[in-house]
Amino acid sequence: MSKSYYDPADLRKFGKITEWSEELGNKFFDYYGKVFEEGALTAREKSLIALAVAHTEHCPYCIDAYTKDGLQRGITKEEMMEAVHVGAAIKSGATLVMGVQMMNKVNKLEM
Amino acid sequence: MKKSLQARNNDLANTKRQIEILSNGIFKDELPKFANKIKETNQFPLRPNKLEILQLNLGYMCNQVCAHCHVDAGPDRKEIMTLETMNQCLEVIKKTGAHTLDLTGGAPEMNPNFRWFVEEASKVGVKDFIVRSNLTIIRANKKYYDLPEFFKKHNVHIVSSMPHWTRGKTDKQRGDGVFDKSIKALQMLNDVGYGMKDSSLTLDLVYNPSGAFLPGDQQALENDFKKALKEEFNIDFNNLFAITNLPISRFLDYLIASDNYEDYMFALVEAYNPLAVKNVMCTNTISVSWDGFLYDCDFNQMLNLKVNSTIKHISEYNEELLQNRDIRINQHCYGCTAGAGSSCQGVVA
Repeated sequence: MSKSYYDPADLRKFGKITEWSEELGNKFFDYYGKVFEEGALTAREKSLIALAVAHTEHCPYCIDAYTKDGLQRGITKEEMMEAVHVGAAIKSGATLVMGVQMMNKVNKLEM
Repeated sequence: MKKSLQARNNDLANTKRQIEILSNGIFKDELPKFANKIKETNQFPLRPNKLEILQLNLGYMCNQVCAHCHVDAGPDRKEIMTLETMNQCLEVIKKTGAHTLDLTGGAPEMNPNFRWFVEEASKVGVKDFIVRSNLTIIRANKKYYDLPEFFKKHNVHIVSSMPHWTRGKTDKQRGDGVFDKSIKALQMLNDVGYGMKDSSLTLDLVYNPSGAFLPGDQQALENDFKKALKEEFNIDFNNLFAITNLPISRFLDYLIASDNYEDYMFALVEAYNPLAVKNVMCTNTISVSWDGFLYDCDFNQMLNLKVNSTIKHISEYNEELLQNRDIRINQHCYGCTAGAGSSCQGVVA
């Protein structure tokens, strides 16, 4: 048993989740594969979205996977960092917009 | 400038050591054997199809020392094909059934008899005559400035390496200043007609990933390269070949030193595509080394795995006997069967 919560080698075992629930696992991977195909968005654009979400979700496996995926697609490190900033901006915006609620509450409670 | 593994007396300059690492692994999880993988689809032993490509390595000398080079080429490598071996190759070119002649190195242009050999070989009339040029050689010295005109005169098909359309990524893999010189060389090739619309002069680019990852979709990369090189430098080219870096020589050294070897090997195995096996380049190619020995492919040449045949040297060349052989395989072969497959002509599946 690993002594840490995250082992990078576990990423390549992801497919094994089907072993304990074949139908649901297969449905998930079919869906997952379909999502990342070329569509109204290019696979390249989807890769950058996935990278941004991987950061906001704090998923180390996803960050490893979509950093490598981006490199394979020729995506530059500048593009990757901008995508991470998009995620960060939404995260911070989502925090700060709560400030309006705080302001509303203060205004309501104060004389 | 960096030195070759050989000049640095690096352990991996010894091909036996490389094969030992590839065969036995140096990590805890066991990597499936390539031979067993191809047995699953009844493709073992791997056998040649019709010979299509004769690839000649004119020498390991090069003006660059690329970080990923599977040849371990560089200015300090002195192995150069002699005139005698070139003459033996010419005799074979005259009688081979192969439709493609592919000259590689090192920088093949650095062989002192390169131009003579191209002139003689072009007289034979092979259908596709490739020179793998690293581009910067065209700008390395005044004596090479006329190479684009020389290539044009002999209707040579140029295949050149370009790992990315950005300076940083290119220079990191191929050396400082390589990007700017390569751009200038590509413009010179365009100027004489190479890669231009409606021109018969073909200019293809080779993309090798600049790190421990596999190449993405070849067509998507080609589209991105074409757009970026056209918009920024007004450069045109014909096709982009996406080639996987094989875990040998300097790339193997890099993988081990950067602690990426295990992940890279598993990535190759995960991407294994049985459909790519039947078209891997060793099935349609004979690779000839600077000293005239025969190999199934350029990678086996660099691992000193000579053909499994009674015919081992260009001086005793017999195509019929050579075709009746089992191709020598090892764990590095996963590099040519990953994803859409990989060969000197790009994807194969």
